[in-house]
Amino acid sequence: MTTVAPVEEASKENISQEEVHHDHRLFGLAAFLVADGMTFAGFFAAYLTFRAVNPLLPGAIYELELPLPTLNTVLLLISSATFHRAGQALKRNETDLCRRWLLITATLGSAFLASQMVEYFTLPFGLTDNVYASTFYALTGFHGLHVTLGTLMILIVWWQTRKPNGRISSENVFPLEATELYWHFVDGIWVILFIILYLL
Amino acid sequence: MTLASSPDLSKESEPLQPKGWLRYFSFSVDHKVIGLQYLICGFIFYLIGGALASAIRIELTSPISDFMPRDVYNQVLTLHGTIMIFLWIVPVVNGAFGNYLIPFYVGARDMAFPRLNAVAFWLIPPAGLMLISSYFITGAAESGWTAYPPLSINTPAAGQIIWILSVLLLGGSSIFGGINFIATILKLRRPGLGLMQLPMYCWAMLGTSILVVLSTPVLAGTLILLSFDIVAHTGFFNPVMGGNVIVYQHLFWFYSHPAVYIMVLPAFGLVSEILPVHCRKPLFGYTTMVYSIMAIVVLGLVVWAHHMFTSGTPPWMRLFFTIATSFIAVPTGIKFFNWVATLWGGRISLNSAILFSCGFIINFVLGGITGVALAQVPFDIHVHDTYFVVAHFHYIVYGGSVFVIFSSIYHWYPKFTGRMLNENLGRLHFLLTFVGFNLCFAPQHWLGLNGMPRRVAEYDPQFTFVNQLSSAGALLMAISTLPFLWNVFQSAFNGPIAGDNPWKALTPEWLTSSPPPVENWEGPAPLVKEPYGYGETPETLEVALDKDLELGGDEK
Repeated sequence: MTTVAPVEEASKENISQEEVHHDHRLFGLAAFLVADGMTFAGFFAAYLTFRAVNPLLPGAIYELELPLPTLNTVLLLISSATFHRAGQALKRNETDLCRRWLLITATLGSAFLASQMVEYFTLPFGLTDNVYASTFYALTGFHGLHVTLGTLMILIVWWQTRKPNGRISSENVFPLEATELYWHFVDGIWVILFIILYLL
Repeated sequence: MTLASSPDLSKESEPLQPKGWLRYFSFSVDHKVIGLQYLICGFIFYLIGGALASAIRIELTSPISDFMPRDVYNQVLTLHGTIMIFLWIVPVVNGAFGNYLIPFYVGARDMAFPRLNAVAFWLIPPAGLMLISSYFITGAAESGWTAYPPLSINTPAAGQIIWILSVLLLGGSSIFGGINFIATILKLRRPGLGLMQLPMYCWAMLGTSILVVLSTPVLAGTLILLSFDIVAHTGFFNPVMGGNVIVYQHLFWFYSHPAVYIMVLPAFGLVSEILPVHCRKPLFGYTTMVYSIMAIVVLGLVVWAHHMFTSGTPPWMRLFFTIATSFIAVPTGIKFFNWVATLWGGRISLNSAILFSCGFIINFVLGGITGVALAQVPFDIHVHDTYFVVAHFHYIVYGGSVFVIFSSIYHWYPKFTGRMLNENLGRLHFLLTFVGFNLCFAPQHWLGLNGMPRRVAEYDPQFTFVNQLSSAGALLMAISTLPFLWNVFQSAFNGPIAGDNPWKALTPEWLTSSPPPVENWEGPAPLVKEPYGYGETPETLEVALDKDLELGGDEK
């Protein structure tokens, strides 16, 4: 029943504490992504409530075309796989291969954004037409913002790996790992969004 | 470069932050500096919010609108609510004491993400200045701290948008802080220190941070949608376009009900630290305290619609939310009885810290009883939107959280500054605050039960006398700030030297010098496995205090 451990024990345990500096950044990022996910959850809840509670205005819901968003879903899912390959390549110290996969991932992300733009321009409704249109643009727009940020982050990682001992290498994989976690999160959100917005 | 010296040495001689008082204005990453930054910044906003509250009470001394125009009254009450919640209580009970104490309690040298910590603090002053300056630029928001549409959409847009932006910034600050606390408590614990050996404030902060991370983003998303409605004329909350105002209320209260726990759970934790020290007894029922906190966290997330019983909620929803809300009284009651049992039979020294803590227990129980009453639908429908709700809310956040903030300042001031506060001035402060607070808010229960609506500058002349009583209480509360301010300022220079551990406390922040050195301990961090081991064996105290900690303060 001692309150303070004997000094010898304390200092012994302390040595391990001072010398090993654990990296908690991925944990912090994961906590942030939980918070970010809750923002999306709020939007989804709002959209579903609008659909469940509100009387349907005549012609309020426009049938959404499926081919383009399905293509988008496929693009993002492939990009998650390519990003994973990039991460593995960097850990094996194959920087060139890693950079190639990163570039492919960034291209897929940009293709997603381009295809999203095409969809925006061909849709028969605008932001302020009715609440479904507003929610559609708010949700896809907020997600698109995430994809834009992610693509920029991938390009930054790609740029930082250009030199063999640059800021990101097999010695320091955290920036790539963080971007990858974020990218998988954005893809996961898209899958939920696709189901709720397009399929339901 | 053969003469290149060891890079480690040159790094160490580089100062981490400016010395002296200047560091409190710097982007310091020291958790103790950031904690005090939160505290002082929060207190300045408390004075501003208090001045606004005084303006409201002056207006309400007479039944007609004579002190200020009606729209200014609306702006003043909106600013008062927003400042007190988002700039005073939330940053101080979480940010100030959390940043100062949590690293000590887990045995760490700093928070898990020190830079993120500094960013979280420095979001607050600009957000607060923006909010207050909106009054002078365009007129502040007029729709109350709840910003319900359609009111928030129909009132002048500029003030409302500035309000939304500053609340978004403050929410971001809160989320960053929450992430930091979760990582620090779960990941940075000193080896050998188990979760169930942590001081209670750690558990309170863990629970609070979980609430912050889960609920604050929903408010952010809602306010973004609201700003679209205001600026881009979308129809999320506009029934004409198929939108629904009730959706706003649901999303808003999904954050703002947990926000009450974000304000009061850390206060629970702080009281649990203060009581055992000043009555020399272990905290009663540690394990039940921990489970109560976690129960409040879980229940706190599923009771939000009790704010909406008059918003046309369906009967099954009313039933569910009434039952869930009533259930919260169980863990809260457990905590209350545990505090009373902690005090029972203790050697209580009636100093300012414990006076404010006991004041908290009394006020909080009264606020809790009216809270259970308000959870019952028939009663709630009767008093909804009346001064009864105002009285209940202030018993929780002022009688609860603010009393604890003062108690904590009296308790930890010796650690912050190395000097003691004047106890007589402290007791005077308590007396004025306690009498003033109860005189101000107790009559408002009666006003509410008799139907005086809140948020209106004019009222039925039959309520005049009781309103004047309430205003007299507010005056006492305003006066009570003076002995406190005088005490804090003059004790910082002339107070008696406190020494490392004036209260003979056992928690780790007292096992270092006052004020503590930059990395908290000169030597290794002490391993405190029983933070409340008072009075169990006579040696316990001896072990803690005989341990010769040769520590030097960084300000000597």
